[in-house]
Amino acid sequence: MSKVVFKRPKALADVVTHYCPGCSHGIVHRIVAECIDELGIQERTVGVAPVGCSVLAYNYFNVDFFEASHGRAPAVATGAKRARPDLIVFAYQGDGDLASIGMAEIVHACNRGEKFTVIFINNTVYGMTGGQMAPTTMPGQVTTTSPYGRDVNQIGWPIRMCELLSSLKTDGFIARTSAHSPAEIIKTKKAIKKAFELQVANRCFTFVEVLSTCPTNWGMMPIQAQKRIEEELLPYYPLGVFKSPNGDASKS
Amino acid sequence: MAKVLMKGNEALAEAAIMAGCKLFFGYPITPQNEIPEYLSRRLPQVDGGCYLQAESEVAAANMLYGAAGVGERVLTSSSGPGISLMSEGLSYIAGAQLPVVVVNMVRGGPGLGGILPAQSDYYQATRGLGHGDFRVLVLAPSTVQEAADLVMDAFDLADKYRSPVMVLGDGLIGQMMEPVEFKKKEKVELPPKTWAATGYKGDRERSIINSLYLDPLELEENSWRLKARYDAMGRDELRWELTNCEGDYDVLITAYGSTARICKTVIETLKKQGISVGLFRPITLFPYPYKQLRDAAQKAKTVFCVEMSTGQMLDDVKLALEGSRPTQFYGRTGGIIPTPDEIIGQIEKILKGEEVDKR
Amino acid sequence: MTTELIVAGFGGQGVLLFGKFLALSGLKEEKEVVWIPSYGPEMRGGTCNCTVVVSDDPIGSPIIDAPNTVVVMNKPSLTKFGPRVSSDGLLLINSSLIDTTSDRTDIKIETVPANEIALELGNGRAANMVALGAYIALTKAVKFDTVLDVIRESFAKKKEFIDLNLAAAKRGYELAS
Ligand SMILES: Cc1ncc(C[n+]2csc(CCOP(=O)(O)OP(=O)(O)O)c2C)c(N)n1
Ligand code: SF4
Ligand SMILES: [Mg+2]
Repeated sequence: MSKVVFKRPKALADVVTHYCPGCSHGIVHRIVAECIDELGIQERTVGVAPVGCSVLAYNYFNVDFFEASHGRAPAVATGAKRARPDLIVFAYQGDGDLASIGMAEIVHACNRGEKFTVIFINNTVYGMTGGQMAPTTMPGQVTTTSPYGRDVNQIGWPIRMCELLSSLKTDGFIARTSAHSPAEIIKTKKAIKKAFELQVANRCFTFVEVLSTCPTNWGMMPIQAQKRIEEELLPYYPLGVFKSPNGDASKS
Repeated sequence: MAKVLMKGNEALAEAAIMAGCKLFFGYPITPQNEIPEYLSRRLPQVDGGCYLQAESEVAAANMLYGAAGVGERVLTSSSGPGISLMSEGLSYIAGAQLPVVVVNMVRGGPGLGGILPAQSDYYQATRGLGHGDFRVLVLAPSTVQEAADLVMDAFDLADKYRSPVMVLGDGLIGQMMEPVEFKKKEKVELPPKTWAATGYKGDRERSIINSLYLDPLELEENSWRLKARYDAMGRDELRWELTNCEGDYDVLITAYGSTARICKTVIETLKKQGISVGLFRPITLFPYPYKQLRDAAQKAKTVFCVEMSTGQMLDDVKLALEGSRPTQFYGRTGGIIPTPDEIIGQIEKILKGEEVDKR
Repeated sequence: MTTELIVAGFGGQGVLLFGKFLALSGLKEEKEVVWIPSYGPEMRGGTCNCTVVVSDDPIGSPIIDAPNTVVVMNKPSLTKFGPRVSSDGLLLINSSLIDTTSDRTDIKIETVPANEIALELGNGRAANMVALGAYIALTKAVKFDTVLDVIRESFAKKKEFIDLNLAAAKRGYELAS
């Protein structure tokens, strides 16, 4: 008799996503859905989708969802969670959405210690709108709006959100992981699971940044894109837990 | 200069540089991304040029306020949600009487809506761009060439009236390529920007860039000062185009921007069937050429308004006609562009004395 | 004369460039031209098309419901745009990637094995230029020499592509003449 060893999580909708081949969004969606299944919280989970490539996330999860305006997902999540603390609320945001236009919302949600979870997909570009520069774009990186490469003397260095948020005094769980290899994907799952567990336990604000690929706007094949994370992004964006409610942090 | 084939967005951007625009502040949004992308390449090549991607449209509008306040020519461009976010800043800019140019490539709304062409932000552009008693001059091109020409004029008009000027296109104007010729404009005599905050040396009053008037009489005075400018625009800056209005016609179409050029195909097609229909195309949407429309409508039995919205300019058409002619309306929206055949079908109904479909 | 074209295929097949070269050729011949790309969510999904109008008269509507010529480079495009060719119009099918045809009898249907020819010439990516050559032979929308000039000028910065693309367009043109 054969045994099922791999199947679609219940919380993941049985549809084809619109993501490009090699894009990390799909992987992270699956991880979030697995965590929802494993914690048995599907019936009380509400997601908040951003404006970005994952704008259609509400079609891909079998849970109730909001679609927020660009950058404001943490404010929408705050409203929902404060109104119904028994719900498990997560916001899913890209780097343009979270670190550029939505900088105020994420900083204040984190500082208030809002008890929801934020999944932050950092792919160093604005994917949806065709590859413009993001606050996370690497020095020298050519994008459609930094045609001469990001010049840090003109626009500063890429923003490291985990470091920035973990400088706030309020309690929280803040971690950075990566989706570029099977081993790192397993660690990503661990971090996201931990975040949801802490929310279920009503502990603190929880935030997981996932270094992600955008092969389309990086002009790379998927494997090359994974390599880019390893070689270019990891030295600047260290992985690890930056803050956790018991005060321990571990950086790689 | 020879004609070149360019996307509307890129032609607008190049025209802004030709008009002496030195600074661009904006934030990506479809369907206008080619404007910031083009300027991120071009402005660094311009003496004193600066391209900066703001962290949001809220910030971009206030960067405009800063750059215009020190007297430089400055541009932003956006669409739907981005324009909504700029509205607070634009209200301050209007209140402080600063010249800026805003390109708005309209997409379907409300909310996140869609990214395809629409004309559903007519009310926002002509009436509701922000809080307070203010308006902005709105120019609506219907070809790439006209878009480039109007952007050049927009900078002069903004300086002349010390007011924001909006160039209102849509996804179609922005995305399509047409031949365009960049004509060097004659220099317009403009008042010096003595009000700019360029550093106080004691030889003039201090320049305060401000829209705060705690004294109600002063605030009222400011509002009437703005109103007087809008009245002057209404006197001196009206622009419109008549097509096929020399002879007789039972139906006069009114449409602007992309929709107007679709209606031109309608007119040509009907002409071949021996049916003569006129077209009134406003180019300034604020101030609106009310009298000119009323005059053109005199020969018509019905005025037929076609828009990519559920009926917004229709209000201005009715204001223009003052009840002198019945109106009919046909609108497609949400990113759907009406086809010539669809519009012809409606005109046939009008000619038979029937009501048109709403959509 | 007015030529209306929709050219459609996968993203990466160069259909936007096909359209742009036609528009540039029209401009060179001092005709009125307009080019509009499809933009929107479908681009992520991989299909892509553009509309081009080349005319002796000013162009009103740039949106063409029933164009008089359609070029399809892949199968989904045939399904989507085949039915839209106007009566007596032309449908040009890239037979390298499309093994079916349209059952319409009121239009002219032609085929060109664009990818095969491009591969023979050493680079499958020139399939769009093979199709463009064939298209010009069939429609005479602009002079073929004008198209060759446009190819030369457009690739001026990438000289290595000029010969390939010229050869591709010529093969397509000869095949369909
Ligand atoms: C107010 C506003 N401004 C701009 C946009 C256009 N916009 C849509 S998605 C996006 C960027 C998304 O980038 P990111 O958050 O990094 O997500 P990704 O697509 O890379 O996953 C922008 C600028 C918008 N929808 N609303
Ligand atoms: S554009 Fe980039 S982020 Fe968006 S779906 Fe494609 S690969 Fe993913
Ligand atoms: Mg991103």
